[in-house]
Parts: sequence; C-alpha cells; structure tokens
Amino acid sequence: MNTATPTLSVRNLRTWFHTRAGIVRAVDDVSFDVYPGEILGLVGESGSGKSITGFSILGLIDPPGRIDGGQILFKDVDLAALTREELRRLRGNRIAMVFQDPMMTLDPVFRIETQMVETILSHERCSGRAARARARDVLAAVGIPSPEERLKAYPHQLSGGMRQRVAIAIAMLHKPDLIIADEPTTALDVTIQAQILAQMQQLCADTGTAMVWVSHDLAVIAGLADRICVMYAGRIVESGPTDDILDRPRHPYTIGLIGSVPSNEQTGPRLYQIPGMAPSPLSLPAGCAFNPRCAHATERCRAEQPPLEALGPRTHRCFHPRTGDAS
Amino acid sequence: MNPPILMQAEQVSRLFVKRPDYAERLAALLGIKSHAYTVQAVDSVDLAIHEGEVVGLVGESGCGKSTLGRLLAGILPVTSGTICTPAGELAHLTGQAAHAQRLATQMIFQDPMSSLNPRKRIRDIIGEAPLAHGIVSRADCDDYVAEVMRRVGLDPDYRNRFPHQFSGGQRQRVGIGRALAVKPRLLICDESIAALDVSIQAQILNLFMDLREELGLTYLFISHDLGVVRRISDRTVIMYLGRVVESGPTRDIFTAPRHPYTQALLDEVPRLSNRKRRFHGIQGEIPSPLHPPAGCHFHPRCPHAMPRCKAEQPLLQPVGAGHRAACHLIDESTQKGSMQ
Repeated sequence: MNTATPTLSVRNLRTWFHTRAGIVRAVDDVSFDVYPGEILGLVGESGSGKSITGFSILGLIDPPGRIDGGQILFKDVDLAALTREELRRLRGNRIAMVFQDPMMTLDPVFRIETQMVETILSHERCSGRAARARARDVLAAVGIPSPEERLKAYPHQLSGGMRQRVAIAIAMLHKPDLIIADEPTTALDVTIQAQILAQMQQLCADTGTAMVWVSHDLAVIAGLADRICVMYAGRIVESGPTDDILDRPRHPYTIGLIGSVPSNEQTGPRLYQIPGMAPSPLSLPAGCAFNPRCAHATERCRAEQPPLEALGPRTHRCFHPRTGDAS
Repeated sequence: MNPPILMQAEQVSRLFVKRPDYAERLAALLGIKSHAYTVQAVDSVDLAIHEGEVVGLVGESGCGKSTLGRLLAGILPVTSGTICTPAGELAHLTGQAAHAQRLATQMIFQDPMSSLNPRKRIRDIIGEAPLAHGIVSRADCDDYVAEVMRRVGLDPDYRNRFPHQFSGGQRQRVGIGRALAVKPRLLICDESIAALDVSIQAQILNLFMDLREELGLTYLFISHDLGVVRRISDRTVIMYLGRVVESGPTRDIFTAPRHPYTQALLDEVPRLSNRKRRFHGIQGEIPSPLHPPAGCHFHPRCPHAMPRCKAEQPLLQPVGAGHRAACHLIDESTQKGSMQ
C-alpha cells in the first residue's frame, strides 16, 4: 500500500525485565512499521506489553528492564543505539509522547506558559516572545478556547479534557514526525474523548505525522487506526489493515477480543467470553502463550512457538488461523 | 401489568454544601465577604425501579449518577424528596424494617481493591456480614462462604487468601460475592466493570446476567459506557448535571433518542463498525456543577439551543410509551404538528 520509507520501523524488539523472580519478557520479538500520516493501533489488555513497546521506542525503560535485542529504526537511525544526549535531542522534538494521565506530563507547580516555552527553547534558539507566541498558536490549534488566558493558568485550574489537550499541544510544539499516544483518552468522558480524537485525526492528516496509538479499547482503535497490531503476552499475535482484522480476524485471541466488546447494534443476554485469565508474565505457558485459553489448541501449540506468518498485508502467529468472519 | 415497584424516588435532591473553614469564618468576622459553595449533585430526580428489571443509569463525570446510587442505597441521606420502598419511606424506616431494607439493597463499587479490606481474608470479607446479621450460624459460615464463592465463579479453596492475591476480575467477583452474601433484592453497580479489561468485563457482565436469572435480582447499573448499558439494561436513564434528561425503554432510547444530549452521546460512542470515521465531538466542556448554566443545563453545548432554553428549565414529558425527555424542542415539534 505504502511505498514511502516508514517513519518508524521496529524490528524484532525485545524488552525484558530482569527481576529477582525471573525474566519478564514484556516485549518479545515485536516488529512493525509506521508510515508518514498513518495511525497504527496497538491493541492489547493490561500486561500485554503494549505500553512497554511505546516506552521502549522513546528509551523510557528503567532497570531492571532493558532492551535486549532488536532495532528501533526512526528514519534509518537506530534509537536503541543512541547515546542519552542524542536521544534527548530527538525526544520531544522529532518524536513526542502523550500519556494517559495528563497530570503525569504536566508539572503542577509551573504555569502552562512556562512548561510550553521551556519545551520550545530546549530544542531550538528563539526569543522568549516568539516561543510564547508559538505556544499560544499551538494551544489554539488543539481547540483550547481563549489560549492567551490559558497560558497563564496552572494545570489544576484546567479540566481533565483541557489538560489532555495541553499535553497534546506540548507534543505537537515541534511538529514531530512521530507521536506515541499511550491511552490518551481512556480517562476522559465520551463527549470529550470524541473532541480529542477529532483533533488528533485532524493534526495527523494536516502535518503528516505518524502515530502509534496504544489502547485497550478496540472500538476507539476501529474508528481511528489505519492498521492494527494485536498484542498478547508480549508478542504481536496478529496485524493488518483495520477492516481485515475486525471483519476477518485470524487469531483466536483477536476473535475473542472482538466478541467480548459489547456492541451498540445488538442486545442479547450473553457476551462471548474468553475462558481463563491472562497468564502471569513470569511463567508464560510453553509454546503459544494463548494455548491454555484457546479452543483450537493442539499438541503442537503446547510445544512450539508459532512463527510469524505473513499473508499479503497481514501477519499472524497461529498454527490454526481462522478464516471466517467475526461472529 | 407491571411487576411491583421495588424502589421509587420522587423529586429526590441532594445538595453538598462546603462549610466555611476557620480562615473563612475569621475573614467573615473581619467583614470580608465569603460565600458558601453549594453543589446540587442530584436535582429533583424521579426514578422507579420495578422488581426484576435492569435499569441503566448513564452520564458523564459529575452528573450525579453515583450520588443518586448512594441515595437509593441509603448510604447518603436525601436533602429533599422521598425514596419509597415496599416497606415504607426509606428515611422513616426504623428498627427491623430499616435493618431489612439495608440488607435488601447492596452496592458493588468500581475499584475492588479500594473497596475490599486488604488485611482481611476472603472468608471474612464475604462471611462477616451474614454472620453479623444472623443469616448463618458460625458453624455453617464456612460452607455458606464456599457456596457464595462457587456462585460467583471463585474456587472455594481460595477462601483463606487476601485480596492482593487475586487478579482484578477475581477481586470484582469477591466484591459481588460480598454483596450477594446478605441475600439482597436490589444490586446497585456503580461503574462495577469500568476498571476491568475487555475480556474480563465480558465475564463479569455474564455473571451479572446469570445471577439475575438464578436469583431474580434487580439491578441499577450505573455506567458511562453506553455499549454495556444497551447490552444489559431493560430501561435506560440519562443524566446531565444532576438532572434526568431522558428516560425510557432501552430500545427506544438507543433507536429514537429525543434529547440532543442523548443524540450526541450516541453519536460519539466509538463502535467496532465505525471504521476510520471523522470524530466530531459536541462542542464545549462539561460545565462545573458549582455553576450550572441557567435554564436547560445543556444549552451552552446544544446545537439546537433557543432563547427559551437559556431562561426556562424544560420538564420531563412523555414522548412515547414509558419514554420521557426534558427538552423544549419537543414542545416546538408538537406545536408545529398541531398547527399543520
């Protein structure tokens, strides 16, 4: 579909946590590409490694975790091999991140103005006045009414939706090539979430920014993403264009995930439920990590790790992929 | 025709007043004007819950849906209005009747970790209330706890464990077991599945539905998730800034919403079937409940707002069988209809 060079190309990324209790393979052999202007949805449940994948890209992994293998190619530069200073120059400048909780991003003791101007001046030389004017323009661009007054406000004076908008504005300050968004709308109300999603879509389309949208909410991803990667227990179990994944899922986990979303179109007594629970990351089952919960598991699934198989634009990790429609 | 009413709220209101603290009283003594902060969390709400039905209560943060749930559960007293139960008015019940009513209504909270005592074993968390209320004897308590645990899908072998040894979904099951242990008739679920993963959400929702069939329970299901509410509830009530803006059979609310806020909410819900859509978003923020707008609370964000909406509060009026909405547009459309 896309012949341009990818903005971000993650190759066989492994982020492991070396704890006393053992090695936690939080991210194991994960590969994906994001192209300019594209939104990639990274879907998974808690503990699937989706957030750690996002953190790894920005080099935000703290010990005992470390990137144990693979490459993170950002426009042909391997981020995993950069020094701290080189990474700092990229972070917040060419690559930005938006977190779930805006209060984590914003410092409660500084005005919005101070925080935005600091971000601008740490990456380029310009006058304080010019920086301030730019901060105001970006605030207006993310849909904040009366940005001039908001610049003077402290984070606690803003509502949750406003704070998240400010966090997005800070991420957009340098018109980055890549934004990693880690569940930025999960804590927001439905109507506010729709506003933020609209703004993010618009910004990506206007500036050609590539985006990795990390979320557990399949319904949000369905409306937003061009392509979807489904993660389970640290691995991407299925990936492909949004329509293909949602209409013709191949991996039993994806099928279960789609089935358990209460849809608006139908009412009924029972939802499909995936039996069992997500395994502990310390003791993943042998073979395919999903095999204890899978209705189609065979001897082979319990013994061997299914390899990544590619079919056209789609990939999956399953010995017994389904072909039917989602039901 | 209808099953008997289990609980009926009439014109229920709840105010929260922030009392002036020491510094403010001192300032007032010195002649500096201070003003009390009043939040009208619930404003003249009517709600009837019939035996055996599931009522979904939907709204965004700060709309008073949790406060209404607490009023009905008897955890908070009402400021004005009445809540009627089959035994009489909730606020005037005494002795045995009050006791029985407290047991008959149980709440299940959003975060199981903060609603379970971390220093108690599951056996005590589930068994404490039935023991204290004389539902089981001390000798039978262990068997009773095991039965409750099996019913909510927990292995009774885990009864000596502590809450932190369970996963989120299992903890929520413990919370449900604790509520069921006193044999309630009405369960008030306050965002009970909001903190859970999608696949676990489905498990807990199915458990609620199974329990409804087995035990004939009635639910008030408080949630911000319209998809979940549509799936499980018979009737839906939509709240905005303390007032009910629309209520009616779930099917009618979702297929023919009459209030602009309900329509906007339904438009904004992300769905699996909506791919690569353009999000729009209702304009504006949710106003602070400290200073709600005059007239219809929704008018600053409403695409159809008229001068009348700024001045006059619309009242709930019937728009269909059991379907009521509070919007001036309904008057306009009926007037237009009669003129033609």
